[in-house]
Amino acid sequence: MWTWFYKLASPPYVYGVAVALRPWLLGTAALAMVYGLIAGLAFAPPDYQQGDAFRMIYVHVPAAIMSLSVYMVMATASAVALIWRIKVGHAVAAASAPIGASFALLALVTGSLWGRPMWGTYWAWDPRLTSELILLFIYVGVMSLRSAFEDPARGDRAAALLAVVGVVNVPIVHFSVVWWNSLHQGATIVKLGAPSMPGSMLWPLLSMWLGFMLFYGAVLCTRVQAEVLNRERQAAWVREAIKS
Amino acid sequence: MTSGFWSMGGYARYVWPCFGFAGLVLGWNLWAARRLLMGARMRAARALAMAGDA
Repeated sequence: MWTWFYKLASPPYVYGVAVALRPWLLGTAALAMVYGLIAGLAFAPPDYQQGDAFRMIYVHVPAAIMSLSVYMVMATASAVALIWRIKVGHAVAAASAPIGASFALLALVTGSLWGRPMWGTYWAWDPRLTSELILLFIYVGVMSLRSAFEDPARGDRAAALLAVVGVVNVPIVHFSVVWWNSLHQGATIVKLGAPSMPGSMLWPLLSMWLGFMLFYGAVLCTRVQAEVLNRERQAAWVREAIKS
Repeated sequence: MTSGFWSMGGYARYVWPCFGFAGLVLGWNLWAARRLLMGARMRAARALAMAGDA
């Protein structure tokens, strides 16, 4: 039953899976995003309060959700690498960090552009915005720590520890709008109960979310390939792998 | 319809930069990952060539 889990510890196996999955993930991500963009920008009705400004939701919300999801992938991979000493875990964590950081930056910038017409300001030291900014700083910290050591193995362990400790910020970002008074609106789709949107607005959003997830998978595959090659460049299987 | 679409109900200067920046970030992700992989392949090929010479 656990054969698949043990296989994931094998660098050549993970490299092969990444090579095989990447084009499929990228293709389906493109399809989901094209549908989401066309339906969201051209066919979804304007919001009764925010008008057409609400359309920024189609990039802001997927980016914000992915910034948290990617962090969880990075922290889980780091924990697996620390507990079971699986090197591929460090490769997945190292590959996820820049992607997650870019999603956090995208969530902050698009949120800022949305905040100006709705709240009258690009930035406020609001609990949701501040905790998302801290998330970006943690991503940058994890990446900096990994490259700060001459010995890559020590850098991997230090970055993994920080990634695991930083998990504490994830529920803070998600529940900040519940726990404190916030300018930011509450959860729209990631919550208990039905989403508070009509289908014509919701389906493009779900499609964009799916597109962002698949896109993350595709970029992760490329980066994991690179990380595995960097770590295993002396191994015999690499000769065959780089020929293909 | 077309001008209404591009003006986004008066919010065009927020909506379009928002989507433009998203395109930039997604594009950077693809480019940077590809570049990283190319570099890793080159370093691996060099390491294998040196191991073969030794």
